[in-house]
Amino acid sequence: MLSAGLIALIPLLPIFCFLLIALVGKNAFPRFCGVLGTISILGSFVLSLIVAVQYFFQVGKVNGVYQQLMPVKFEWLQFSPNVSIDMGILLDSISVMMILIVTFISLMVHIYSLGYMKGELRYATYYGFLSLFTFSMLGLVLSSNIFQIYIFWELVGVSSYLLIGFYFDRPSAVAAAKKAFIVTRFADLGFLIGILILAFYSGTLDFQTLITRLTTPTDQLNAITSASFMGMSALMWGLVLVFIGGAGKSAMFPLHVWLPDAMEGPTPVSALIHAATMVVAGVFLVARLFPVYSLSCPSALDVVAYVGIFSSFFAAIIACTQTDIKRVLAYSTMSQIGYMMFALGVSGYGGEHGLGYMASMFHLFTHAMFKALLFLGAGAVIHYVHSNEMKDMGGLRKLMRVTHITFLVACLAIAGIPPFAGFFSKEEILQAAYQSNKLIFVIAILTAAITAFYMFRLYFSIFWNKEYQSHGQEGHHKEGTGSMLMPLIILGSLSLIAGFVPFGKLVTSDGKELLTEFHITFSIAPVLLASAGILLAYSFYKTENAKPQNMADTMKRLYKNAYNKFYIDEVYLFITKKVVFNLIGRPAAWFDRNVVDGTMNMIATVTEKTSYSIKALQSGKLQQYSIYFFSGVIGFVLLFIYWWK
Amino acid sequence: MNASTVIFYILAALILGGGILSVTSRKIFRAAIYLLFSLIGIAGLYFYMNYEFIAAVQVIVYVGGIVVLIIFSVFLTHESGKDMKKPAIGRAIFSFLATAFAFALTMSIIKKQEFIPTPNAAIEPSVSNIGTQMLSTTQFGYILPFEVVSMLLLSAMIGCIVIAIKVKPNTEEIIKGHELKVPDEIDEPINASL
Amino acid sequence: MGIGLTQVLFVSVALFFIGVYGFLTRRNMITMLMSIELILNSININFIAFNKYLYADKLDGLFFTVFIITIAAAEAAVAIAIIINLYRNYKSIDIEDADTMKY
Repeated sequence: MLSAGLIALIPLLPIFCFLLIALVGKNAFPRFCGVLGTISILGSFVLSLIVAVQYFFQVGKVNGVYQQLMPVKFEWLQFSPNVSIDMGILLDSISVMMILIVTFISLMVHIYSLGYMKGELRYATYYGFLSLFTFSMLGLVLSSNIFQIYIFWELVGVSSYLLIGFYFDRPSAVAAAKKAFIVTRFADLGFLIGILILAFYSGTLDFQTLITRLTTPTDQLNAITSASFMGMSALMWGLVLVFIGGAGKSAMFPLHVWLPDAMEGPTPVSALIHAATMVVAGVFLVARLFPVYSLSCPSALDVVAYVGIFSSFFAAIIACTQTDIKRVLAYSTMSQIGYMMFALGVSGYGGEHGLGYMASMFHLFTHAMFKALLFLGAGAVIHYVHSNEMKDMGGLRKLMRVTHITFLVACLAIAGIPPFAGFFSKEEILQAAYQSNKLIFVIAILTAAITAFYMFRLYFSIFWNKEYQSHGQEGHHKEGTGSMLMPLIILGSLSLIAGFVPFGKLVTSDGKELLTEFHITFSIAPVLLASAGILLAYSFYKTENAKPQNMADTMKRLYKNAYNKFYIDEVYLFITKKVVFNLIGRPAAWFDRNVVDGTMNMIATVTEKTSYSIKALQSGKLQQYSIYFFSGVIGFVLLFIYWWK
Repeated sequence: MNASTVIFYILAALILGGGILSVTSRKIFRAAIYLLFSLIGIAGLYFYMNYEFIAAVQVIVYVGGIVVLIIFSVFLTHESGKDMKKPAIGRAIFSFLATAFAFALTMSIIKKQEFIPTPNAAIEPSVSNIGTQMLSTTQFGYILPFEVVSMLLLSAMIGCIVIAIKVKPNTEEIIKGHELKVPDEIDEPINASL
Repeated sequence: MGIGLTQVLFVSVALFFIGVYGFLTRRNMITMLMSIELILNSININFIAFNKYLYADKLDGLFFTVFIITIAAAEAAVAIAIIINLYRNYKSIDIEDADTMKY
């Protein structure tokens, strides 16, 4: 096994790169910063690959069970001799998988950005922020205690804010960055309260100790399940609140409102953060605490499942009506993360029951590949067309060949067509759903069909539909530089073969091997439904016709609501403006201005008026001074003769 | 009630009456003259107490020097003609009450005090005794303060001259300028008024 | 009733407070100076009286009086010089006008 120092280098390389760029590189060698960032991420990726190979195939397995290793551990803050916060690196199946995903996708995005962001004024800053984000995400997945994960959680939020608002001269980008940060921060309040509840009852913040104490019959488990508040036990409150934090970061309903607006950032940023890595942090958090969820509080897991499936279906409906290609991809991300969430929600623990857990992690793995590919491809298209809207595109298959092929591969993968990667992971999710909750299974299959429909709607609208008319910009007719095409090709090939990774042997809920069988029913039905969706999209969008408009007119009400994202943003605006600002903000401001400032002003005014009235004592007149002097002498004489004993 | 007591009361009345009139008079010359009477009364009191040397010094220095100096300064500041302003009535009342109270306080303390005269033989304050003691360096000698006071007088003299000197503008120009300037008054006929 | 120390002290103390009253009340600087002379003279009477009645074997009181007279003369001279200088600059010897050292 690699030494602890080299393992610690995996997150430390990006942060050193960030510091170097921020302090020195921005001014000294701005154009070189891109290569510098790429090299540091390449180093992290190589180290992650070595760790993964060693963990999964050499040292990780003891008696057929994957162990949790802690190569780095040091005490950071000591509250009392018994209670302290230790920082450290925790390696187990999901964290090793995640560092592999994060470094790989980050590497692809770095290479892609060499071409996409070339000529940008704040090129070095961009790469600095990317390194900062990679560090934060790696720290998040390698955290060994819940407080450390919270620290990195917030860091990831900050990096996301910085990158969404990268084009800060655009008011929409600034607003989107603020919205993302505030919504996730609001959710993190729930996360913090959940942490406090769990830490208080279990007496520790360390993941291993916490899970042991809350899953085996211990005093702490008794205490936390017996204490109840408004009908739910303290354990359920803690877990639900932690899930709320995760829901905010993973854009689950109703905290999803920031994700579509986050598309204001540069497209490689959307690929890295809002598709493949940061938004799965919520899923990762639930997976990390999964034993507590499934063994001690299954009702919390029900909450996770229902929120997940609802968000998935909700997003799929909205995605059918959007015209901005990045927004379509954002809603599709939300839908797929909903899949991951409800897969965790329907899962049990251990052996056969742990299928949902394994399927969720598998889907995370494959989704990272094809979603990043979709975003990078969309970025190439936007770079070519200089617009985000579908109506400005069409017929690009002849003009952008590589992008076309890779985009098609990704769309097939996300629709779940064999033998692409998405098929395998989706099949296992559906199998897990069927085993535990039939309602969720039905909605999931329906969502799969809708997914296929809107993804191919996107594909046909961009690459077929009508002939491309360039709107006067005769600048470049090249598809994009090699640095932009290479990641597309790599990710496309991975989307092809990633499904064949025997995930059940590597990542499961209890570390033991889980062999899955190939059920025809689960494989055929979703594929058939997905193909039906694809055919529908083909007939509507391959060539320009009136069918989409007719369909929209027949379902006018539903179409209008879906197009306006079901007015959730307006509800939020109403609550904040009419309720919070008027009823809470205004009185608080009045109080601050009049009472608090008033007190200060009053003190100042009193002092001023007193000093004005005493001013006359210093009149400069000799006789007044001598009168005061004389009276004072008489006073002192009286004092000392008659009262001083 | 013998003659010495009566003389003492007359002297006391002169002193105090002169003092009161001096501080309350509205015309400045009259105030100076009332001060003069008061000082002469004090000299008389010294004579009454058989300290003739001090009485003589009092008359010479105070009456003949300081009062004259005051009268000269009244002339120099052109205040001789008009009446002086009355003080603010509040201040006058407050000062009167304060001083009356302080006077009563002091007198009550003095009345309570029992003064014990020394049993030693009295020394006669004749001029020879005064002179011997003032210039002696041994016990009770006051030679050092005598010398210091003489230096003080010297410095006071120099100080007065420096403070009150008036620099003539003509002399400044002659000192600063290169050529000799002829003052304008030469052309006018000289008034032999001296 | 002979003239004892208390009677002489009465004169001295009364003269002192008359001088203080004059110092606090008078507006002309020269009359303030006169009041100061009254105060100094009352002190002289005090010294001589104590010398005569309580310490007849020494002449300390007398010498103090001599020195006080001397110094009072020097001080009066300097005070007059200052008053003349003030008069030249401000054209007034009213004490109420000399208030530039104020707030």
